[in-house]
Amino acid sequence: MADNKKIKPNATAKEIPMAGIITTPGNAKEFKTGDWKTRVPVHIEENCINCLICWVYCPDNAIEVKDGKMVGINLDICKGCGICHNVCPTKIKSIVMKNPD
Amino acid sequence: MKVRKALTGNEAMAEAMRQINPDVIAAYPITPQTEIVQLFSNFVADGKVDTEFVTVESEHSAMSATIGASAAGSRAMTATSSQGMAYMWEVLYIAASMRLPIVMPLVNRALSGPINIHCDHSDAYGARDSGWIQLWAENAQEAYDNLIQAVRIAEHSEVTLPVMVNMDGFIISHGLEIMEAEDDDTIRNFIGVRKPVYHLLNEKEPITMGPLDLQDFYFEHKKQQADAMARSADVIREISKEWKDLTGRSYDMLEEYRMEDAEIAIVALGSTCGTAKVAIDQLREQGVKAGLVKIRVFRPFPKEEIAKALAHTKAVAVMDRAESFADFGGPLFRDVRASLYECDSRPKTISYIYGLGGRDVTLDTITQVYADLQRLVKGEQVPMLNHLGVRD
Ligand code: SF4
Ligand code: SF4
Repeated sequence: MADNKKIKPNATAKEIPMAGIITTPGNAKEFKTGDWKTRVPVHIEENCINCLICWVYCPDNAIEVKDGKMVGINLDICKGCGICHNVCPTKIKSIVMKNPD
Repeated sequence: MKVRKALTGNEAMAEAMRQINPDVIAAYPITPQTEIVQLFSNFVADGKVDTEFVTVESEHSAMSATIGASAAGSRAMTATSSQGMAYMWEVLYIAASMRLPIVMPLVNRALSGPINIHCDHSDAYGARDSGWIQLWAENAQEAYDNLIQAVRIAEHSEVTLPVMVNMDGFIISHGLEIMEAEDDDTIRNFIGVRKPVYHLLNEKEPITMGPLDLQDFYFEHKKQQADAMARSADVIREISKEWKDLTGRSYDMLEEYRMEDAEIAIVALGSTCGTAKVAIDQLREQGVKAGLVKIRVFRPFPKEEIAKALAHTKAVAVMDRAESFADFGGPLFRDVRASLYECDSRPKTISYIYGLGGRDVTLDTITQVYADLQRLVKGEQVPMLNHLGVRD
């Protein structure tokens, strides 16, 4: 039985399980869904009041919180939508959207 | 032990299904298929089969439930006709692309509109690109034999594709014939138990079936399907041979009737082939070298066999029991004509759309086609595209 773990992006029709069957279920967590964003959110810690509104609104659960504080953004899953930037209530935004490096 | 029985096509199909004893049948009644599932539900009620019979609210659900049951690893079947299959359309493709070996009798009936319940092949033709193998029968015997072989073909590890077993509505489905049925043990030994490569109830190797598949792999999965369809031809030949050794009844991709020295030939599907054989015998008595190529397997298409069978003839009429509105004959005509293209010398090939909505096909109808072919051989003008016997 072919194993999805061994499937390379350029695998041929003969090397992959038929019908798109996934033989390692639950492997979506290994898939970095944030790889196609065009804008990257950057957290500016000194402006942040830790209101966590960004955490509430982020549609991808990308805002990381520890001990009630906003501690960063998981860019592996962030899709770059900019909602966090928009909802951030500080006068000088505590999340800014930048071009990827 | 064989038993000779008088059965209608529907009874023959239901009898084959009883002997197959599938794990699951999900079905919805539709004329002229209704009798098959009605008879089968009697077998269920009488405890003659172990099948889980799911009465669904539509054909879309019938095929969907059959897909679910087959994905779970069971041997699953359904049956339908015409509008019923039209209603299954999108899930037909799902069954094929998920590589589920579902076997389905299709009792061929004209598609609406105008609404009509009688035989033509517009239902099956419409699904010819859906990825289902298509077997065709001339009579109830062949429908019975095809249905049983279909289980083996579908489930073969080199194939794992669904198979549609076609039978002309009313003409075969409701016509009483003497046929041979094998005994239950013979059939059960022949079909064995399904051994799926992947199935959803295998808790030791859990899998996901039918996931999203985008630009990076969809194409490769379609190629796998195309390869399986191509490989199925050899599997069909192999299983047909096994069936012949077991029952004495012989099958192949197509059947040639008096083709060895034939100068003119008809290519057709279904019950019309029986009528054509009688017409050929009569014409042969008058010295006309007429022959028939009866297609048993329409998908995958037996292109080499067709070319081989027809290359030596002078003129060929391809009969399509459905209009495909291409202004270029029916689907069978185009496939046959294309198959002949590689031949060094090839016959003139003309198209006949015939028998739509159950219009009777008699000996005279067929004889008229052979008369046209004789005129064509003599160098007279015969149109390439014909609608046989239509009042125009
Ligand atoms: S850009 Fe969108 S996805 Fe990324 S952290 Fe902000 S809200 Fe979440
Ligand atoms: S919304 Fe702005 S201020 Fe509030 S936690 Fe997020 S980044 Fe900090």
